[in-house]
Amino acid sequence: MKTKDYIKVSFPSLSSNEGFARSCVACFAARLDPTLDELSDIKTAVSEAVTNCIVHAYPGEIGTIHMRCRIIDDKTIEVSLRDTGVGIEDVDKAREPLFTTGDPCERAGMGFSIMESFMGKVKVRSKPGKGTTVVMRKTLDGRK
Amino acid sequence: MKISGEIKGGALFLSLSGELDHHGAKEVMASAAEIIDEHVPRNCVMDFKDVGFMDSSGIALILNVNKRLGNIGGRLRVENVARQPMKVIKASGIERIVSIKEQ
Repeated sequence: MKTKDYIKVSFPSLSSNEGFARSCVACFAARLDPTLDELSDIKTAVSEAVTNCIVHAYPGEIGTIHMRCRIIDDKTIEVSLRDTGVGIEDVDKAREPLFTTGDPCERAGMGFSIMESFMGKVKVRSKPGKGTTVVMRKTLDGRK
Repeated sequence: MKISGEIKGGALFLSLSGELDHHGAKEVMASAAEIIDEHVPRNCVMDFKDVGFMDSSGIALILNVNKRLGNIGGRLRVENVARQPMKVIKASGIERIVSIKEQ
């Protein structure tokens, strides 16, 4: 597996950076010549993952979100979001649709479900008190 | 993200514009509630014509507005939903609870 191309960006967990993060990934993904639908899917998944960091990893504080994107084998984009926040006690539970520990007025509990259905492959590693890393991959058909 | 309310043909139209993510939803959630409380509408339409992007925060907003209307005996329709927000709506399954119309 050859990593041809990657970027790393770190930014504070401010909600105003949600738009920045998805635009940044969309710009990077553009070199794979994705369709508009593929680009929308990637942006949606990134938005969910970044929001999770802001709302759940760093509740009531501003921490740093580390985002890394790389292209694998000329057709797969991998986006990884790492935080050093509170971590997740039970990852399987957190991934269940409609489950949320957030304010139900603000959160629908759909974040991980949407990441899975829009990206295909989603891996979550977490340690309570240490932080969480979410790695998502999407293979693009492109417009060949 | 912006929201405005207008009465048209007996229904309250809530027009949203911008990107409906967690940041945008926070900006409009309180205003949506205020506008509904002011008009106490029987029928309410959320107009998504100018919503270019939405994530699951939009689902929470729609469910919240729907619940508020339910409490006062009102009904919600969501209209003019573009392709990307529609895909998020379909993934969430809320079109079984709220009437949704594509653009």
